[in-house]
Amino acid sequence: MSTANSIGIVSAQRASFDTPLIFRSGAVLPRYELVYETYGTLNTDKSNAILICHALSGHHHIAGYYADEPKNVGWWDTMVGPGKPIDTDKFFVLGLNNLGGCHGSTGPSTINPETGHAYGASFPVITVEDWVESQARLADLLGIQQFAAVVGGSLGGMQALQWSLAHPDRVRHVFAIAAAPRLTAQNIAFNDVARSAILTDPDFHGGNFYQHHVVPTRGLRLARMLGHITYLSDDAMADKFGRELRSGRFSYSYDIEFEIESYLRYQGDKFASYFDANTYLLMTKALDYFDPAHEFGGDLNLAFSRAKADFLVVSFTTDWRFSPQRSREIVRPLLHNRRNVSYAEITSAHGHDSFLMQDAYYFEVMRTYLDKVAKECGV
Amino acid sequence: MSQTGAKFIQDRPDFAAIAAWIPKGAIVLDLGCGDGSLLRYLKETREVRGYGVEISDTGIVSCLHNGVNVIQNDLESGLADFESNSFDYVMLSQTLQATRQTEALIQEMLRVGREGIVSFPNFGYWKNRVNVLAGNMPVSRELPYQWYDTPNVHLCTLHDFETFCADHRVQILERRVMTGKSEMKMLPNLLGSTAVYRFQRAG
Repeated sequence: MSTANSIGIVSAQRASFDTPLIFRSGAVLPRYELVYETYGTLNTDKSNAILICHALSGHHHIAGYYADEPKNVGWWDTMVGPGKPIDTDKFFVLGLNNLGGCHGSTGPSTINPETGHAYGASFPVITVEDWVESQARLADLLGIQQFAAVVGGSLGGMQALQWSLAHPDRVRHVFAIAAAPRLTAQNIAFNDVARSAILTDPDFHGGNFYQHHVVPTRGLRLARMLGHITYLSDDAMADKFGRELRSGRFSYSYDIEFEIESYLRYQGDKFASYFDANTYLLMTKALDYFDPAHEFGGDLNLAFSRAKADFLVVSFTTDWRFSPQRSREIVRPLLHNRRNVSYAEITSAHGHDSFLMQDAYYFEVMRTYLDKVAKECGV
Repeated sequence: MSQTGAKFIQDRPDFAAIAAWIPKGAIVLDLGCGDGSLLRYLKETREVRGYGVEISDTGIVSCLHNGVNVIQNDLESGLADFESNSFDYVMLSQTLQATRQTEALIQEMLRVGREGIVSFPNFGYWKNRVNVLAGNMPVSRELPYQWYDTPNVHLCTLHDFETFCADHRVQILERRVMTGKSEMKMLPNLLGSTAVYRFQRAG
């Protein structure tokens, strides 16, 4: 099933790297692979490339669908495609599965060629900085010296910000959507509960569950259920589920009674059936660690003094996991450093998930800004 | 001057007055910047760097279209995102009369900026007085609203504004009073429909 104006049939590609990647933690990954997809055409001066960084559970399949899986539509197909805000008629769009992921790039569930077993617990704890480094190497491989834009929502927004700091000359526009410069204690706390659910699952086996031919489904499911609550707004949940009962009356038991319970368990089960528990742990840790001001005595103004890009910062009113206040914390150091920055606060009912949803104003903001970017590229 | 610039300068004489005060390369903040056309004009003709603040969604999209930086924010909640003394000029064109926290906003303008510039419709303009004398709220080009749908909650005259400044340690540096495109030097509080002021903190 394709959506309107879809880019159509796409296919994933794979890139191998045998230059060791040294992680922030000091760990070394001697070789690794990244899966990615590209849409559109790179122009002759290679100035029209846009990198889209994914969030916690995302991957490289951003738009279109696969020939053999027509129902497998990319996670941002509404935003990316011909004539869409991220217009593949104008831009060359690159999406990858981040290192440590579970959608094809080297990650904990990949077989370590040195041991013949899955990396499991031995896969290094990864940071946003490490991801950006690996993304830069992929850009090198594709001959992209400078991105017209790096775009990301949530954890993807953090990667976009990091691009402007690690490679100031390699990105002209940064889109930080529903993001934060660093997590708050409350946000880290949510991640810790999610991790605890996984770490204490008896099927986790210290991260080496692959050899035991089991999956810590219960932990992963709980982690996702908790996450899901924080991605939705109170109002959205009230509207969608309210106090609706599945059978219409109380059963005075611990069965699934309320519609919201049913929904959360369904989401949890679905997620646990395909997502890797170790990847979930890694992603949440990357979120927790990210803090560009860490090496600047907590001073974001100083941290962002390296940035040269122009910025578009977008937040959503009912997002309480990455609230508008957090986005303003990105805007302030950019104002301090007199960067070109625009900030849009989208009135939306859908909480943190809003950044993945179609909204007329949100899409108009993206489209209008990107039209300018396209003109700069001469496309 | 760009086409857009030429056109809106005709439509908005207060913009021309403001632009005349802004030196090249100034750092400016335009509060209630609407579609960003003043900022765009200043960028094109004065090479200013700066930001607009706008609350409406349509304004934000227009600003992005005009290629100017814009921050979506409600002026009534203050200018907390902006650091003290970070701008040469903070502008508030045709918005003063629609703000609720007017006193606080003027103080905020002079906290973040070296100088402030405001333009507003002069309620003391003779046509407004005639309207009120005739028993009606004024409706005009400068005040294009009915009493029941107007956003204007703090209308004032030139005298009122100048008294306000004196009472709030605000030093007026320059004033221009206009009716249409003509500058009104005689009896400005009676003959001028629009006033533009440049001011700073009193020493």
